[in-house]
Amino acid sequence: MTTAPLSFILESAHLQQLFDALARHGYHIIGPTLGDQAIIYDEITSVDDLPVGWVDEQSGGTYRLHQTKTPIYFGCTTAVQSWKRWLHPPTEVLWRARRTDSQFEILADEQPTPRYAFIGVRPCELQAIRIQDRVFLEGEFVEARYRARREAAFIIAVNCGRAGNTCFCASMGSGPEAREGFDLALTEVLEGDRHYFVVKTGSAAGQALLAEIPHQPAGDAEIEAAAHIIADTSAHMGRELNVDGLRDLLYRNYEHPRWEAVAQRCLSCGNCTLVCPTCFCVTIEDATNLNGDEAQRVRKWDSCFTMDFSYIHGGSVRYSAKSRYRQWMTHKLATWVDQFGTFGCVGCGRCITWCPVGIDITEEARLIRAADNQTVVNKKANHDESV
Amino acid sequence: MAREHPPKLAVWKFASCDGCQLSLLDCEDELLEVAGAVEIAYFPEATRAVIRGPYDISLVEGSITTDHDAKRIQQIRKQSRFLVTIGACATAGGIQALRNFQDVDEFISTVYATPAYISALDKSTPIADHVFVDFQLRGCPINKYQLIEVISAYLNGRKPNVPTYSVCMECKQRGAVCVMVADGKPCLGPVTQAGCGALCPAYHRPCFGCYGPMETPNTASLSAWWKQLGVSDGEIVRAFRSFNAYSEAFRKESEAHERSDH
Ligand code: SF4
Ligand code: SF4
Ligand code: SF4
Ligand code: SF4
Repeated sequence: MTTAPLSFILESAHLQQLFDALARHGYHIIGPTLGDQAIIYDEITSVDDLPVGWVDEQSGGTYRLHQTKTPIYFGCTTAVQSWKRWLHPPTEVLWRARRTDSQFEILADEQPTPRYAFIGVRPCELQAIRIQDRVFLEGEFVEARYRARREAAFIIAVNCGRAGNTCFCASMGSGPEAREGFDLALTEVLEGDRHYFVVKTGSAAGQALLAEIPHQPAGDAEIEAAAHIIADTSAHMGRELNVDGLRDLLYRNYEHPRWEAVAQRCLSCGNCTLVCPTCFCVTIEDATNLNGDEAQRVRKWDSCFTMDFSYIHGGSVRYSAKSRYRQWMTHKLATWVDQFGTFGCVGCGRCITWCPVGIDITEEARLIRAADNQTVVNKKANHDESV
Repeated sequence: MAREHPPKLAVWKFASCDGCQLSLLDCEDELLEVAGAVEIAYFPEATRAVIRGPYDISLVEGSITTDHDAKRIQQIRKQSRFLVTIGACATAGGIQALRNFQDVDEFISTVYATPAYISALDKSTPIADHVFVDFQLRGCPINKYQLIEVISAYLNGRKPNVPTYSVCMECKQRGAVCVMVADGKPCLGPVTQAGCGALCPAYHRPCFGCYGPMETPNTASLSAWWKQLGVSDGEIVRAFRSFNAYSEAFRKESEAHERSDH
């Protein structure tokens, strides 16, 4: 007999105690909060910092917030940027050095590793963290800083009670329910006057933390209510991406006319890659001070949409917008599979919402597939004629 | 690192507002370091002392608008080992290049009592139209940290870290919320070169394009999106016609919409 993970109830009135317990353990709590007209993940200290009652509306190139009277804590879907910002920050000094008489000395790195507690991690985002783990931790080279932050982090996932219009986690198999990779996972339930969370524990640390705050075992009806919410979200995905044979579809369509069509619209601005929770690319900048006695090496987020990204002696390899967009999309949906064993896309929809001109990866894939099918059909038709 | 003779730096002014030169004076903390690393040989905005050329680094502010200046820049080039243009005037003709779209003689005869005293070229042009430029530093005004980076890179024989990608890259690195996506405001960030650190979006304003066209500007696609946001052709013309109006990509885009506006 397998033992299913036990479910507990945390009354919404006790949610603050979860924050307090995390603070007692010295965590910096990062969670969804109201930024400049959008939900961002930022440092928060209490439940009052959560965007209570706010609901987001996302579509290609458009994001709007509305306030409702429902006292829902996690009513918004994904924030502008993902947890990548905290685990793999946009800029980081790798090392500093000072000139000595004959050589130079490396200055000690005294930055302590931050201990983050992430609250409100969506199932697709959990999957994205696992994908970045593979990139940074499971290859030949391990990214030491990422590992330190990752190991120190406490993760509280929140299952999705609503799919955004650009969400397609169900297609990518990453949501809307968190299955692994969390310390605690919550499903927020609002039923009439009752407001509670169904909680699952995913680690010993999660169990220990839960033990410090009021909770009780969940009853069948409550478990059922949470399951119903998740099933409903799953049935109402904003977008869909057919992943059947997707990698090979893209490989055999490198010269598809769709790439040129999307290149007409693509601004090569890089927004899609920077908001993507799995994109990991960086550039390295070496800098000196004016008199040349100190130097530092800085790592910064980069994007395959920049010219420098593919610059080799003599120029950029991907000089056309077509080749840059094709690189991005085929990396997400094809070459990533060969490189890391999974898709590089979890269906969070950020690249669609935050693309300034609303370019939609699911639409591009669909159009490529549509024309690919036609070629196959045509070939078949020709074949039929010839026999 | 002790150098026997500190490199000589000169700052030159052409048609401009002095704002970029002031960025150098505004370096406050770093200014002493700059003064320690180079010999400021010619900088009338800051000092009356003049040391004769040749100069190791010449920072050139402003655009060429008169015959006299067109000759002067040739002399400066001859005296300069490494010539850096600073700001939108020097790299794109500046706001005064708005006259390039109009008839200058008409202005002159309307504005001046004795038009014969005025000798101006009919176009305001960037320095690179006249002499070879070693490095172009964008911005209206330039970013003082980028200026120090360019000087520091030159002094240390390395490549300056001055990216040519979009303002959006800095906007996301900074963590600002996109004003175009979240608020429907027409932002020039996607076609504008980074350098300011996405200052305006961080304060909830769309980008004005101070740094001119980014490396691969797709202005036509951006304008098409703006139209969906309800922006008129006239407003598109005005957006592209500011500090960098005469840069090729922005000029062409504004001209395309000027035609449809009529
Ligand atoms: S490719 Fe787009 S939808 Fe997929 S994970 Fe990245 S941002 Fe999300
Ligand atoms: S899509 Fe581009 S930026 Fe993202 S991981 Fe791949 S190469 Fe890097
Ligand atoms: S797809 Fe959109 S977000 Fe990505 S580079 Fe092109 S225009 Fe920018
Ligand atoms: S606010 Fe402007 S600069 Fe920032 S991401 Fe949006 S379009 Fe780009």
